[in-house]
Amino acid sequence: MTDYLLEARNLTMRFGGVVAVRDVSLSLREGELHCLIGPNGAGKSTFFRMLSGQYRPTSGEVLFRGQSINGQSSAKIARAGMGIKTQVPSVFNAMTVRENVMLAAVRALPPNLARRRCDEVMKRIGISHLAAEKVGILAHGQRQLVELATVIAPRPALILLDEPAAGMTGEEVEGLGDLLVELARSCSVIVVEHDMSFIRRIARSITVFNQGSVLVEGPADQVLSDQRVRDVYLGREVA
Amino acid sequence: MKTPLVTSGRLGAVAMILAAAWALFIVPSGGDMTLILSGSIYCAFGILALSLALIWGFGGILSFGQTAFFGIGGYAYAVLALNIGNTTTAALLAILVAAAMAAAIGYFMFWGRLGDVYLGVITLVLSLILYRFINQTSGSEWKIGKAPLGGFNGIPSTPILNDLDGNPLWPEDIYVLCVVALILSYILCRLLLATYFGRVVVALRENELRAELLGYDTRLYKLGVFSIAGGLAGLAGVLFANCVFVSPNMFSLTTSSQLLVWVIVGGLGTLAGPVMACFLLLAFSAWLGTLNAGVWLDPNLVMGLVLTLFVLVLPKGILPLMRSGCDRALAAFRRPAPAAEPGEAMIGEEAR
Repeated sequence: MTDYLLEARNLTMRFGGVVAVRDVSLSLREGELHCLIGPNGAGKSTFFRMLSGQYRPTSGEVLFRGQSINGQSSAKIARAGMGIKTQVPSVFNAMTVRENVMLAAVRALPPNLARRRCDEVMKRIGISHLAAEKVGILAHGQRQLVELATVIAPRPALILLDEPAAGMTGEEVEGLGDLLVELARSCSVIVVEHDMSFIRRIARSITVFNQGSVLVEGPADQVLSDQRVRDVYLGREVA
Repeated sequence: MKTPLVTSGRLGAVAMILAAAWALFIVPSGGDMTLILSGSIYCAFGILALSLALIWGFGGILSFGQTAFFGIGGYAYAVLALNIGNTTTAALLAILVAAAMAAAIGYFMFWGRLGDVYLGVITLVLSLILYRFINQTSGSEWKIGKAPLGGFNGIPSTPILNDLDGNPLWPEDIYVLCVVALILSYILCRLLLATYFGRVVVALRENELRAELLGYDTRLYKLGVFSIAGGLAGLAGVLFANCVFVSPNMFSLTTSSQLLVWVIVGGLGTLAGPVMACFLLLAFSAWLGTLNAGVWLDPNLVMGLVLTLFVLVLPKGILPLMRSGCDRALAAFRRPAPAAEPGEAMIGEEAR
């Protein structure tokens, strides 16, 4: 039995002749907040999709709570306790904010508890005033928050967030940072993000992707001051 | 904000109750046999329209195969009634057969993760295969127990449902049965959509990936609603068999396409709209037929024009158009509200 909540072992993903992710391993303990960063096309989102069951790895294995989840559907992985937020806000546009969050909560909790949880989550995320609004008419940042609420509502053990701060206002990003730090006290969080100031604010440990492989991994301060990481972000050849 | 007493939704509900009361109490007492016979057929088709409105408008599943389950329901009823004699049992079993067939076909389609286009093609092909198959069963060897399938002629000896004393129902009774069945089917669909299951079905239409990422096995919900709609189409087939008799035309492409036209014209995403469009367009087709204007007013050609007109000019369909018209009229009648702050006005406008 492994001590880790999530373990990715030597994951490789090929699309025809293109190797999007090459032999990447990652381990995460309960209560950790880990960030995945890297330039565009580095393989972060592909790696994220392998963890969440949207892609089946060409080789390697993903263990969640010690059990292999390779080849399992996203629905089954979500039921096992993984909350997944996609890059583009993925919500039910024709439904109200409350209906969106309620559908997420009621999957995991009995209806009376789900209603309470729904109110609690909307309040914490700051979208209670939008409860009766149709999600389709909301701004991009607000839709991001609604999706985040649907991810959190079922009380997952691990939350995977793909660019959660994209399209948010400065104030919303600040609130999101506080929320993620708070969430990491009760569950584990993996964040894929581009916004370096946001990463600096929340990250404790970071993995940097470059050209489908792990370039650097370690505590946030150490990684962010690494010359190779700067070179990668500036498009320079890595030494 | 307090909801006004008179809304378009409430007016619509009152109109539906009045229409149901007229159909149930006034029409049978009038003794107009043409109205009673055509009303029975319209109600059977109305249930068929509801079945597609449910899966396409709310589940996002475009099925060209509802006529397959409509035909299966009708044929299963005729074959079972001729063999077992008890028409009530035959009717109930026929609905189950149609639902089971929908479940079997749905299993392969949804577990095979077929895309929308392939799903449409497969359901269309299913209807056409059944149409071709039934058409060639005219030989005496094509019998199921005591029931001859009859090929192109269908089964003209389809038994009529019996009353509690075992006597066949009169056309007036069949008419009332058809109206009640339509009302109950509508209520069933409304209740279904209000349940947790129904909300998940609507969520699937909205965003299947999100539903999956929330932990819902989308295949199971799609299969559930597809089977229920198959059962409804089967019920429509049983009633149609009692109004006319079963024939291969129940599976035909004309019936399949008419069904799509009703849903589009009535309003995709509504339940009452497709039923309303079904009644209006059937009555319109029947009226066109009485003009004897030859090919220039061929009902199928006119239906095509009606569809084109609606897709281009009124893509939302009749019911949403009536609702918005009614809302505007009600807003005009209401006392003007005190001038709102510019920001508030904008929020209100967006929310609408």
